[in-house]
Amino acid sequence: MTMIFGIPLQAFLGQLLIGLINGSFYALLSLGLAIIFGLLRVINFAHGAQYMLGAFIAWLLLAHFGIGYWPALILAPLLVGLIGAAIERTMLRRLYSLDPLYGLLFTFGLALTVEGTFRYLYGASGQPYATPALLTGGANLGFMFLPIYRGWAIVFSLFICIGTWLVIEKTKLGSYLRAATENPVLVQSFGINVPFLLTLTYGLGAALAALAGVLAAPIYQVSPLMGSNIIIVVFAVVVVGGMGSIMGAIVTGYLLGVAEGLTKVFYPEASNIVIFVIMAIVLLLRPAGLFGRDA
Amino acid sequence: MTLTLELQNQKERRPIVAQTVFLGAGLVLLLLAPLFFYPVFLMKILCFALFACAFNLLLGYTGLLSFGHAAFFGGAAYFTAHAVKEGGLPVEFGLLVGVAGAALLGAVIGFFAIRRQGIYFAMITLALAQMFYFFCLQAEFTHGEDGIQSVPRGHLFGFIDLSQSSNMYYFVLAVFVIGIAVIWRIINSPFGMILKSIRENETRAISLGYSVRNYKLAAFVMSAALTGLAGGLKALVFQFATLTDVGWQMSGEVILMTLLGGIGTLIGPLFGAALVVTLQNYLATSEFPVTIITGVVFMVCVLLFRRGIVGEFYNSRLGRRLGFEHRHK
Repeated sequence: MTMIFGIPLQAFLGQLLIGLINGSFYALLSLGLAIIFGLLRVINFAHGAQYMLGAFIAWLLLAHFGIGYWPALILAPLLVGLIGAAIERTMLRRLYSLDPLYGLLFTFGLALTVEGTFRYLYGASGQPYATPALLTGGANLGFMFLPIYRGWAIVFSLFICIGTWLVIEKTKLGSYLRAATENPVLVQSFGINVPFLLTLTYGLGAALAALAGVLAAPIYQVSPLMGSNIIIVVFAVVVVGGMGSIMGAIVTGYLLGVAEGLTKVFYPEASNIVIFVIMAIVLLLRPAGLFGRDA
Repeated sequence: MTLTLELQNQKERRPIVAQTVFLGAGLVLLLLAPLFFYPVFLMKILCFALFACAFNLLLGYTGLLSFGHAAFFGGAAYFTAHAVKEGGLPVEFGLLVGVAGAALLGAVIGFFAIRRQGIYFAMITLALAQMFYFFCLQAEFTHGEDGIQSVPRGHLFGFIDLSQSSNMYYFVLAVFVIGIAVIWRIINSPFGMILKSIRENETRAISLGYSVRNYKLAAFVMSAALTGLAGGLKALVFQFATLTDVGWQMSGEVILMTLLGGIGTLIGPLFGAALVVTLQNYLATSEFPVTIITGVVFMVCVLLFRRGIVGEFYNSRLGRRLGFEHRHK
């Protein structure tokens, strides 16, 4: 058997794959966080809850209405995005004039409420969600076995990340968003509806989280706790990347996912703290984060 | 001339009189409380109240929102429980071990966290506390999911039997009063004034020549140490230390207690803690999960009730007439 650094090649590649998959979700979630933070100056603690909500809606659609994976991939983000927009419009909006910490606390309360409700209704244990028929099975790559769905998750999340980046960097809407991030008052005086942009952005961020949730449903179990487990890690990712750039959030997400996967190969005991350790090191060497602009 | 002076004197004396009356009444109530309530319930409130007051030293008076104070609370609970149970130390030294451990932990986490401000500070403390949680999950001396159980309460100073709940209650009350007195002393010292100036305008404090970083770190360590006192005390009251106390939910709970009672008020967190603990006890027997209520209260507080109970009282007509002032945003 081929060995690499004294580790069987298959185990190495297997963990690399798991790292890439985790990294896909870190990237999708930190991307949403960065977009919301860029415009609203709110750290969306409810991002984990919205991710969980996406997965749960997909599961509920299948269990109660027989609506499968593909429609859910559109319906769940749409629904969660609309809920997010409504919350921004009615509640979150009142906090913009205050210290940004209140936004964090509000969304924390929101996350507790949503998570508590789903725990009450469906219990703390996970529900399995079947892989869509089109993507079942696996491909033998010669050196390893790749479950097709996992390959799809990586490719699709990469597609969404790059797509979102293109929308923000290359389209008219994106240029409005970027301008409103720099100077909302000036942009509004040009006749652009900035409050609507804010609602749209929060809705979009929530929808991205829900999309990640649907994507995650067949891989991880659908459980009320899945959001809070991942959100703290994503916060560390965001601190490492710095929230100054969209691309920074994406790249850091994948990098840290892979770093976590590789740690599992070489030193399994440290695998669930390695991202936090990297965060501490980055804080020592580059306090503003790898891609951060603010001091 | 003399008349105006006298009037001024009266005006300035009024708040002191009012505060002394409130303080005295509060103390008498706390001393008599075990006659009316279950002592363990009261002790739980006092532990969480001290926790929240220590947390408020950082949030209310220095303007730093830590999302990782559970690490100091739960960490100290483990340290104290381990020192008393395995090390055979007397309770007073056990508590000191908890305080010292929490202070050390605070120095490490604070060292990293103060490198960033505002929202990043909150996220870093949350992440590092989560790292400590994973450490506690795997470390041997915490006994993982089981926790450290049946911690002996022992004898205070060698002769006061703390296994009797009334003795234990007055011991907890004494520690609580000492803790609050320390916090009061800190916020009313020149050091405390500088902390407030950092809260109000950090850039200005820097330009006035204060090494803001050192002050922030010092405040962080003090807050962690006092939190450790509360955590150690809780381990002795309940005679166990578990993972619940180090989890991020606990960090959220203490924020809620402080917010509900009044950020930046000395005794507000006591009321917040009493309310939250009562609510938890009330809901403990029903199937309805506490987190839903906690979450909703959180949202309502942030949207409509940012001054908290004591803050609202200070700002009410009666509060102002009694001379309380509360300037927190």
